[in-house]
Amino acid sequence: MTDEKRDVLLSIQDLHVWFELRRFGFGHAGYVKAVDGVTFDLHYGETIAIVGESGCGKTSLMKTILGINKPTKGKVVFDSKDISAFHAEDLRQYRAKIGYVQQDPFGALAPFMNIHRILEEPLIINGIKDPAERERRVRKVMEEVKLSPVDDFLHKYPHMLSGGQQQRVVIARAIILEPQLVVADEPVSMLDASVRVEILKLLRGLQEKYKLAVIYITHDLSTVRYFSERVFVMYAGNVVEKAPVNDIVHSPKHPYTEALMDATSDPDADNALKYRELPAGEPPSLVNPPSGCRFHPRCPKRIENLCDVEEPHDLKADRHLVACWLYK
Amino acid sequence: MPTENLLSIQDLVLHFNTQKGPVQAVDGVFFDLGYKEAVVVLGESGCGKSSLAKAMLRLLPRNVSKYGGKVFLEGNEIMGMDEEQFRQNIRWVRMSLVPQAAMNSLNPVLKVGDQVAEPMIVHHGVKKEEALVQAAKMFQHVGVPVDFLDRYAFELSGGMRQRVAIAMALVTAPALVILDEPTSALDVLTQANIFNVLKRLKKELEVSFVLITHDIATSSELADRVAVMYAGQIVEVSDAHRFFNEPLHPYSRMLMASVPRLRANQEPEFITGQPPSLLNPPTGCRFAARCPKRFAKCTEEPPVYNVSDIQVKCWLYAS
Repeated sequence: MTDEKRDVLLSIQDLHVWFELRRFGFGHAGYVKAVDGVTFDLHYGETIAIVGESGCGKTSLMKTILGINKPTKGKVVFDSKDISAFHAEDLRQYRAKIGYVQQDPFGALAPFMNIHRILEEPLIINGIKDPAERERRVRKVMEEVKLSPVDDFLHKYPHMLSGGQQQRVVIARAIILEPQLVVADEPVSMLDASVRVEILKLLRGLQEKYKLAVIYITHDLSTVRYFSERVFVMYAGNVVEKAPVNDIVHSPKHPYTEALMDATSDPDADNALKYRELPAGEPPSLVNPPSGCRFHPRCPKRIENLCDVEEPHDLKADRHLVACWLYK
Repeated sequence: MPTENLLSIQDLVLHFNTQKGPVQAVDGVFFDLGYKEAVVVLGESGCGKSSLAKAMLRLLPRNVSKYGGKVFLEGNEIMGMDEEQFRQNIRWVRMSLVPQAAMNSLNPVLKVGDQVAEPMIVHHGVKKEEALVQAAKMFQHVGVPVDFLDRYAFELSGGMRQRVAIAMALVTAPALVILDEPTSALDVLTQANIFNVLKRLKKELEVSFVLITHDIATSSELADRVAVMYAGQIVEVSDAHRFFNEPLHPYSRMLMASVPRLRANQEPEFITGQPPSLLNPPTGCRFAARCPKRFAKCTEEPPVYNVSDIQVKCWLYAS
């Protein structure tokens, strides 16, 4: 699927998102470099997964795509328009074209609104004045996410629903305006194992039906292969590996991706018999990241006088793009 | 029987009173655990896993309506003990707990070293200096640098805090530690790291674990035995090797089939429907409504069958 020529929907160009640190509220004290030079293209109808640990910058990247954070440097181009140039009205229209599925469904739903009202809200904001039309679309989207019979749910409040049903409401809200792109930030990490698969299959079904582009953000490698075409692995504000999903799963190239794969378990009783080999230490501070490759202090394969000096950029290895000097 | 196992739970019951009626959070739980072994209690949220931990340690809220059954720890029946005996001889002396979201359960205004040392002072009556020496030893076991004794919780990362919480449970050298979702809030690498620590502790300190979790894939990292819980009841108790290859109960099978796998080309399946409410659970088998293999018999409560050392609560194994 990735070989097809498709038009670019979203283009991230050398994106930097830095947050200023202030001393006593005014003196400059450095930057948190949450996203530091990320470049990629997302095509129409394509699903990508962004994988990384907490604090690697994946949420900052997502918020920049949603137009919540402003890029410090670089561009986010959606449908050939630079979103940082948008003003309030443009931004509203832009946000109608992207859906957002939050991590914690209960936190994402207003507790004082019933399901009908929650789903109607985006329609009202986007100027659909006819109540009958709104009603029709609310019912249609609820059928789509399998919240049926619809009448049983319409007048319920979020706390009356189970976690899986709440997440369905969040997904319904994200797709009710028929967006071109859906950003799903760890959509299943708060749900039970048996419900996770159900929600992922629902998302994938909707993606195929409406040819949605989806950015799936997660820290769980075992779910990406059921969902995405390409995987981007992020570490300390950089994308360290980009590859089609099967290539990542079968032959990870970057030592960090390898470490992530090694740390992910499949259910197997033999796991209990052996220790897992893991890189020592913890992800670096983003205020003062290590020089050269950011993974080099933890990397078992580092090359002295190279990895700690010069920063690697996308190097080609098979169908992967890897930010690692091993593939020079 | 009770002497050869470290822990033997028989028909443990814990019901709560609520405005809507009694909630049968733990309803007839049973399993055995040997020395230096780990049992994984698997179940979805709301199935009573955490209530089981509370029932075992007698950390009960006020609205308990029914609490009973037998728990043998090292051959002694502990449910019959009075509160003071239990506090002095069992809780945190022979059996301790790493609570859910343990990384956020540390006291923010105490140094972590003092917190880890505290159980020694309270339960073994040692001086603070001695207790701190013991705490330092535990820090080494769980892989936290000893100079972190003087730090506060906010100065540590999530993984480090989790290790400190484990050290706190281990400092009095208990025979059994209950881990309630020890890694669910942690990153993949940290998670794998904590499991390495737990595996090592099991060997080095000769401690047994009850691991309560909903994460089937990572639970296999520690499991010697597996107990599957559904709607307040244990539906299957099995040896880990046999369980992860071929579970017996229909619920366990569907649960295993729902796990996304990294290394196998197997499409995960989900279980339709929802677990029943524990306020008014169905009579008969509680899984019947979602079970693809149900038949007439399932309207009656199934007994526990023993199928070559696997205990399974399902009518399918009647013969």
